[in-house]
Amino acid sequence: MSVTDVATATGVVVGRVEDVPPGEGRAFVAGGEQVAVFRLRDGSLHATQAACPHAGGPLADGQSDVDVLVCPLHQYAYRWSDGASTSGAAPVRVFPVREVDGDLVVTL
Amino acid sequence: MTAILGARLAGASTLHLDEELDPRGRLVVVGNGMAGARFVEEVLERGGGEQFRITVFGDEPHGNYNRIMLSPVLAGESHEDDIVLNSHDWYADNGIDLRAGVRVQRIDTAAKQVHAADGSVTAYDHLVLATGSYSFIPPMNGVRTADGELLGGVYGFRTIDETRAMLEATGRCTRAVVMGGGLLGLEAARALQGHGLQVELVHAMPWLMNAQLSREAGSILERSVEALGITVHLDVLATEVLGTGHVEGVVLEDGRRLDCDLLVVAAGVRPHTDVAVRSGLEVERAIVVDDQLRTDDADVYAIGECAQHRGSVYGLVAPAWEHAKVLADVLTGTDPDAEYTGSRTATKLKVAGVDVATMGTSTPERDDDEFLVISEPKRGVHLSVVIRDDRLVGATLLGDTRKVAFLTQAFDRGAPLPEERIRLLVDLSDGAEEVGVAEMPADSQVCNCNGVSKGDICGAVASGCGSVGEVMDRTRAGKGCGSCKSLVKQIVEWAADGDLAEDPAASWYVPGVPMPKPELIRAIREHDLRSVSAVFAKLAPDGKDDARSKMGLTSLLKMIWGSDHVPEKDAEFINDRVHGNIQRDGTFSVVPQMKGGVTTPAQLRRIADVAEKYEVPMVKVTGGQRIDLLGVRKEDLPAMWNDLGMPSGYAYGKSFRTVKTCVGSDFCRFGLDDSTQLGIDLETRFQGIESPAKMKLAVVGCPRNCAEAYVKDVGVVAVGGGKWEVYVGGAAGASVRKGDLLATVEGRDAVMTLAGRFMQYYRENANWLERTYDFVPRIGLEKIKQLLLEDSEGICADLDAGMQRSIDAYRDPWGQDAEEPATPGQFRTSLPLVELPAVPVR
Ligand SMILES: Cc1cc2nc3c(=O)[nH]c(=O)nc-3n(C[C@H](O)[C@H](O)[C@H](O)COP(=O)(O)OP(=O)(O)OC[C@H]3O[C@@H](n4cnc5c(N)ncnc54)[C@H](O)[C@@H]3O)c2cc1C
Ligand code: HEM
Ligand code: SF4
Ligand code: SF4
Ligand code: FES
Repeated sequence: MSVTDVATATGVVVGRVEDVPPGEGRAFVAGGEQVAVFRLRDGSLHATQAACPHAGGPLADGQSDVDVLVCPLHQYAYRWSDGASTSGAAPVRVFPVREVDGDLVVTL
Repeated sequence: MTAILGARLAGASTLHLDEELDPRGRLVVVGNGMAGARFVEEVLERGGGEQFRITVFGDEPHGNYNRIMLSPVLAGESHEDDIVLNSHDWYADNGIDLRAGVRVQRIDTAAKQVHAADGSVTAYDHLVLATGSYSFIPPMNGVRTADGELLGGVYGFRTIDETRAMLEATGRCTRAVVMGGGLLGLEAARALQGHGLQVELVHAMPWLMNAQLSREAGSILERSVEALGITVHLDVLATEVLGTGHVEGVVLEDGRRLDCDLLVVAAGVRPHTDVAVRSGLEVERAIVVDDQLRTDDADVYAIGECAQHRGSVYGLVAPAWEHAKVLADVLTGTDPDAEYTGSRTATKLKVAGVDVATMGTSTPERDDDEFLVISEPKRGVHLSVVIRDDRLVGATLLGDTRKVAFLTQAFDRGAPLPEERIRLLVDLSDGAEEVGVAEMPADSQVCNCNGVSKGDICGAVASGCGSVGEVMDRTRAGKGCGSCKSLVKQIVEWAADGDLAEDPAASWYVPGVPMPKPELIRAIREHDLRSVSAVFAKLAPDGKDDARSKMGLTSLLKMIWGSDHVPEKDAEFINDRVHGNIQRDGTFSVVPQMKGGVTTPAQLRRIADVAEKYEVPMVKVTGGQRIDLLGVRKEDLPAMWNDLGMPSGYAYGKSFRTVKTCVGSDFCRFGLDDSTQLGIDLETRFQGIESPAKMKLAVVGCPRNCAEAYVKDVGVVAVGGGKWEVYVGGAAGASVRKGDLLATVEGRDAVMTLAGRFMQYYRENANWLERTYDFVPRIGLEKIKQLLLEDSEGICADLDAGMQRSIDAYRDPWGQDAEEPATPGQFRTSLPLVELPAVPVR
C-alpha cells in the first residue's frame, strides 16, 4: 500500500481545494462531524472543529494567520499547532488535513 | 478537554534505579501543590537529590502550577500554560518519581508505609504532608445531588480543573451568584463579570473581606465593587440551592430568591486533614506541628495550609514557602536546628480590580495603640496604620498602595517610623516615595505571585531590559495578580535612572506591523502596496501575517487607494465579507439603508414581505433610525437583498453608519431649518465610507436636539438664519461625551464640506478603532480648528480630494455580491450541522 492509500483510507474527502478561497475558511461535514477547513495564503491547510468551544461561534467565519485562528464572535484565538486558546478558553480540536489530487482529505 | 498541565510528551520514560541498590533515604511528599513542590525544589537546591530518593504524590493529574494565578486565568488574562511552575519533565529530569493523579489514602506510621488509591504501597523514611485545603461548601439544601456530587453548575474555586469548567460555563451562562465576599469570592465575581455575566455576590458577614479589613474599609471596597456592576448582598446566608440536575438559583435566609445558572462557592477553605486523621496523627483545626514542622510522629511532617503551627493555620502562599525552606534545612541537614516561629502575614492583592495591602492587625487592640486613618470614600481610598511602642503592628491600604514598600519594611523589620506619622500614609511632596524604593533591601519580595525580588528587577534592568514591559516579560514580575505593577514600575524607573524607553507597540496602528499610522501610510504609498498581503510581505517582521491586524489594514488601504486597492476577502472581518452583522448564533442581521430615518409605505411593505418570506426571527427598529431584520441565515442573504432591492445600510462596518434626523422645519413647530433633507444629503454623500471606527451622525432642526446630535461623531444643529452648528467627537455609547463645537457655518454646503473634511482628517489620523470621542481630545479641539477652519498646514485641499476619491469608489455591496459571490462559498453556512437560527423567534 502506498502512502496516499493509507491517507485516504483513514481520511474523509470533504471537498476540493478550490472550495476554500486562499486565506479563508469553509465548513464541511466529514463522517457526521462538522469541520472547518482553512487554506492559508502560504498554501498550508488546517482543520478544526467548526463550532467555537467558547460559545459556539462559527469558526470558519474567523480570521487567521500563520499561528492562530480568531473566532469572529468574541475574538478568542486558537493556535493551529495544538488547538490551545491563547486567551484562557477551552482548546479547539484540530484535525490533520491534506490535499490529495486536489481533494481535501480530513482525518478525524 | 482533559489536557494535563505541564504534561510530558508521549514516549518519554523515566529511569528507575534498582530499589535495593539505592543507598539513599526515602523521602515521600503527599500533595503536589505550592508547598509540596516548593519543598522539593528547596531540598534539591540543598543537594538533597544525592541524599534522598524522592516520591511525590499529587491528587491532581497536572504538574505543579501556580494556584494564585487561577484568578487571572479565570478572568481570561493569563493562559493556563503560563502558570505551570514545574512540568512533568522537570520531575523526571530531577529523578523524582511523580505519582500525578494518585490520591494517598492513609499512612501506616508503624510500618512507615504510604497506601494510595491505586493500591500501591510506598515505604518512607521521612514523610511530608502538604495536602493543602479544599473549598468549604456550607450546608445548603439542594447543593448536592443524591450521590453526593455538587449540583451541575455549582463550583468551588481551588483547582485548575474547576477554573476550566467555569471558563467553559461562561460561554453558556448569563447569571452568576458568588457565595463569599472574601478574596476568592471577589476575584471570581470580578472575573465572571468580565466575561459578560450578570453577577451577584452573597456574603454572610456584615462587610466584605471582614477577615482582613475594618468595617469602614470594607464598605469602601463594597462601593468600588458595586461600581463595577456587581450587586452585593451582605449579612445574609444562602440556605437553599434551586434546580434539579443544574442550578437555577439560590434562596437566601430572608426568603429572597436570586436566579442564576452558575454558582461559585467561595465561602472559605478547610485544610485537607483526612489522611492525617485516618493515620492517627494529632489534628485540631489542621495537622498540629512543632517549630520544626514535625507532627506527633517523629518522621512525619506537615507544611502549607494543612499545617497548624502554634495555633495558626495560614491561607496564603508566603507562610507555606517559609515552611518549605525551614523543613528543607532540617531534613537535608543544612541547618538541623532551623526553626519556624510563625509568619507575619503581609499581603498585597488586587481584589476585583482594587489594590489592597494588609499586614498585621487592622484595628487598635490596646488602649495606648496609635491609630491613624485616612478615609476618602469618594475615591475608594482607605488607609490606616496601627502603631504600638513606636513599631508598626498593622496597616491596611485600600485603593492606593503607593506606600506599601516602606510599610512592609517597617512591619517586617521593625524599621524606625517617621515622627510625623502621617508620612507613613502620604507623601508630603518631598520625594519620600523615591527614598522608599531606594531604601528597600534588594532581597525584599516585590511580586509575591512569581517570587520576584527588588534585586531580580534591578538585575533585569542592568542586563539590558529597556522598558517596564521588557522587565516584566523577563522576570514575570507583575504578571500574576498584577497588584505589584505600580511598585515594579517605580523600581524599574529608579533602577534605570531615567534611561527608559516607551513601549513602542503602543503607538503602532495595528499590532502586526511595527509602525505608527503616518509612517505606515508613507511606506504603503512609497512601496505602492495595494493589498493586505503585500503590506505584510513588505512591512511586517519576517513578512509574517497577523490575524488581528488584517481588518485595520483593509480599512487603511481602502482609504488610501479607493477603488485602486486590491481587495482580499480573507483580510476582511466576516461582517464585511458578507455585508451583515454576525449574531450570537452565527446568523446575520440585514439593515437596509433608510436615509435620514425616512421611509415610505412601499418600502415598509417590501420589508414586511421579505421578513415574512424568510421567516425573520425578529424585526426591530434600531437606535440609528432604521429597521433591522435579525437572525438571517448566511445562505439567505443574497436572495433577501435581491427581494428587498434596497442598498445596504452599513450597520455592520467600521464605517460611516447613519444620519439620524428630526422632522425639522417641514413639520416641527420649533424647527429652524430643514434638518431632514440635510441628513439625507449627508448620508447620500458619505454612505459606506470606511473609517478607523464607526461614525454615527445626526442633524436636528433646533437646539431641542430631538435626534441627539450633541452626542454624535458629527452632529449638526440648526440655529436659525441659515446657520448650522457642527459638533464633533460626541458619543452616547459605552462612553458618553458631548461633542465639541467645531464651528458655526452658514448654509448646507458649508456643513457638507466641513463634515467631510473632519471625517477625512479623522480617517487619515486616528488609530485603528479609536472613536472620535477619543480622537478629538487627543488631537485637541484648537488644533483641529486651526487645521480645518484656517487651513494652518495647507492640508484642506488634500483632505477634500481624499474624501472625494473614497466617495467615487463607493459601490453598494449588496447590489454587487448578490449577483455573483465574490469568492466561492461566500454565503455557505459555517455550521452545517447546526439548525439556524438558534436565536429566539419573536
Ligand atoms: C484562586 C486563588 C487565588 C489565591 N490568591 C492568593 C494570593 O493572591 N496570595 C496568596 O498568598 N495566596 C493566594 N491563594 C492561596 C494559595 O494558593 C495557597 O495558600 C497555597 O496554594 C497553599 O499551598 P499548599 O501547598 O498548602 O496547598 P495546595 O496548593 O492546595 O496544594 C495541595 C495539593 O495537595 C493535593 N492533595 C490533597 N490531598 C491529597 C492526598 N490525599 N493525596 C495526594 N494529593 C493530595 C491537592 O490535590 C493539591 O494539589 C489563592 C488561592 C486560590 C485558590
Ligand atoms: C476576551 C474578550 C471577550 C470576552 C471574554 C467576551 C465574553 C463574552 C461573553 C461571555 C458574552 C456572552 C455570550 C453568551 O451569553 O452567549 C459576550 C457577549 C457579547 N460580546 Fe463579548 N467578550 C469579549 C470581547 C468582546 C468584544 C471585543 C466585543 C465587540 C467588539 C464583544 C461583543 C459582545 C457582544 C455584542 C455581546 C452580546 C451579544 C451576544 O451575546 O452576541 N465582546 N461576550
Ligand atoms: S430638534 Fe428641534 S426642530 Fe427637530 S424635532 Fe426637535 S424640536 Fe423640532
Ligand atoms: S445590543 Fe449593544 S447594548 Fe445590547 S447587548 Fe448588544 S452590545 Fe450590549
Ligand atoms: S464563541 Fe468563539 S470566542 Fe465566543
